Amino acid sequence: MSLWEYANPVKFMALSGRILPWAAWLSGICLVIGLVWGFFYTPDDFRQGSTVKIIYLHVPSALMAINVWMMMLVTSLVWIIRRHHVSALAAKAAAPIGVVMTLIALVTGAIWGQPMWGTWWAWDPRLTSFLILFLFYLGYIALWAAIEDNDTAADLTSILCLVGSVFAILSRYAVNFWNQGLHQGASLSLDKEKNVADVFYQPLLFCIAGFVLLFVVLVLLRTRTEIRARRTSALLARERMG
Amino acid sequence: MHLAVQDLGVARGGIAVLEGLTFRVEAGTALILRGPNGIGKTTLLRAIAGLQPSLNGSIDTPEDSIAYAAHSDGIKQALTVRENLEFWAAVFGTGDINGALDAFALQPLALRPAGALSAGQKRRLGLARLLVSARPIWVLDEPTVSLDVDAVAMFAAAICAHLEAGGLALIATHIDLGLDADILDVAPFKARVPISVDDAMEGFL
Amino acid sequence: MKALLIRDLRLAIRAGGGFGLGLAFFLIVTVLVPFGVGPQSELLSEIAPGILWLGALLACLLSLDRILALDWEDGTLDLLACAPLPMEAAVSIKALAHWLTTGLPLVIAAPFFALLLNLPSAGYVPLVLSLLLGTPALSVIGTFGAAITVGIKRGGLLLSLLVLPLYVPTLIYGAEAARRGAQGLETSTPLFMLAGITSGVIALLPFASAAVLRVNIR
Repeated sequence: MSLWEYANPVKFMALSGRILPWAAWLSGICLVIGLVWGFFYTPDDFRQGSTVKIIYLHVPSALMAINVWMMMLVTSLVWIIRRHHVSALAAKAAAPIGVVMTLIALVTGAIWGQPMWGTWWAWDPRLTSFLILFLFYLGYIALWAAIEDNDTAADLTSILCLVGSVFAILSRYAVNFWNQGLHQGASLSLDKEKNVADVFYQPLLFCIAGFVLLFVVLVLLRTRTEIRARRTSALLARERMG
Repeated sequence: MHLAVQDLGVARGGIAVLEGLTFRVEAGTALILRGPNGIGKTTLLRAIAGLQPSLNGSIDTPEDSIAYAAHSDGIKQALTVRENLEFWAAVFGTGDINGALDAFALQPLALRPAGALSAGQKRRLGLARLLVSARPIWVLDEPTVSLDVDAVAMFAAAICAHLEAGGLALIATHIDLGLDADILDVAPFKARVPISVDDAMEGFL
Repeated sequence: MKALLIRDLRLAIRAGGGFGLGLAFFLIVTVLVPFGVGPQSELLSEIAPGILWLGALLACLLSLDRILALDWEDGTLDLLACAPLPMEAAVSIKALAHWLTTGLPLVIAAPFFALLLNLPSAGYVPLVLSLLLGTPALSVIGTFGAAITVGIKRGGLLLSLLVLPLYVPTLIYGAEAARRGAQGLETSTPLFMLAGITSGVIALLPFASAAVLRVNIR
């Protein structure tokens, strides 16, 4: 029994069908707990007031914006190395979710920035990096949409994802060099001390878990749709030829 | 020098078109491919030329031995006939292009820009490239399109000379070139299950 | 390899090759900027490095689809794929030809166009140096974009969408060096970074371009 067996569409469909309802419920529960707790049962921050509560959307979506790209990078590599179609379809399915996550992070950031920094937008390195990430997502999605042949599209978008990842990292450093920013340091990190007080931190963990599960649900749903579309076109091709 | 194809299957646009092809062409002989439009002759020739992967089976030829000519000849309109040929001669590392110009009666046109040539003359220029490449195996896809009777004779003579010099040729064509060559009809090799092999293998169907 | 380079240069210079179009575009952008932002010479001299870098970048972008599209249409790429020349070498040569016909003229023209924008005198050397180091990266990255979109009909807009985000690091370091130079500051850090990016993409990106081109040919 190896992990790669789930690259078979039939197996993937069976497994994902069983996982989906559980993940969906769990995601809903986490999000409700996290958001209700975060919005109504945490104190206002002594400096930022109630505006601080937007972190319950901002931080998880920003995390997911980057993680979705990482997932696309991994699935692209799997496609290039092992040529499993489900992997390529999963990358295709994830991209629009990633772009929405990036958009949520940008918009919530702007809404938060207005009262805090007195401006909707500043060319701060973090903000700018996310804007660039957004452009990378757009290019990736547009390339998928522009190519008719499935395998060609999968090959080209995978290579674009690899090259794009390298350039995204280069851009991150370039932007840092170009302008030191306003944005506070990372809210969460594994090696440094917490930047966020416990009262805010616990509901935030629920929100992050909720967003991760929400992404899992959406990406499974979209991949299943892609697999069904692929199956339909294969059947149509057989009918046309036979 | 030989070209051996064993149990070959090819796909176009992800859909298998031909399967189970086996043939062998020896030095000094030519094989002519026949078959209705859309059967997959072009796909087969592109696979043999190494431009696209085959689904299964094997193609056995010495490395870097194939010259491929198809519907478009890679002719640059802004360059003269001589410059076009000289470019390919340099790419393939061969020197003299005068033989190729002579073989297709291109000497009088040598200094004309290729853009000013007629369709048939361009075709002749495209075929002259085969001579310049100095490759032993010619893989030709409908080489006689837009050639007149005289030019077809020139082409047939060029092929004969190529075969006599120990080369070999694989040609998809519908006209009779007057060559002493075997003919292979690919129609019986039409893929029985016309679906993408990937789809079947990976379980999309 | 030399033959391919000579042929590409010849094609660019002959009628219909589009040589000089990029330069003309660069000039027009430079001329239009004062109409957009006003004629005050202090303002112009402050934004001159950025405008010149952006103009050069856009002029470069404009000519990218010519790198491979014509060879794709007339079947040259298929034939090159059968030739003894590795695809990696072919795309590198194509990028070099593009730089010689587009990037290098932009580098040479930039100081003259800088006069129009009242660039401070300290800024000329860093401007030319940064363009000289940066424009090869623009050509190589652009060749990658052209290779991805070569099979797509009317892929010009998509080409811009894919290539422009990849241009971000080059533009940032290049324009930063030119800007610091114009202000009389130290320029070596951004110039080193720029040189690093350029050598990195020249070394690595042709492999990606060739892989992409092989996918498109098949």
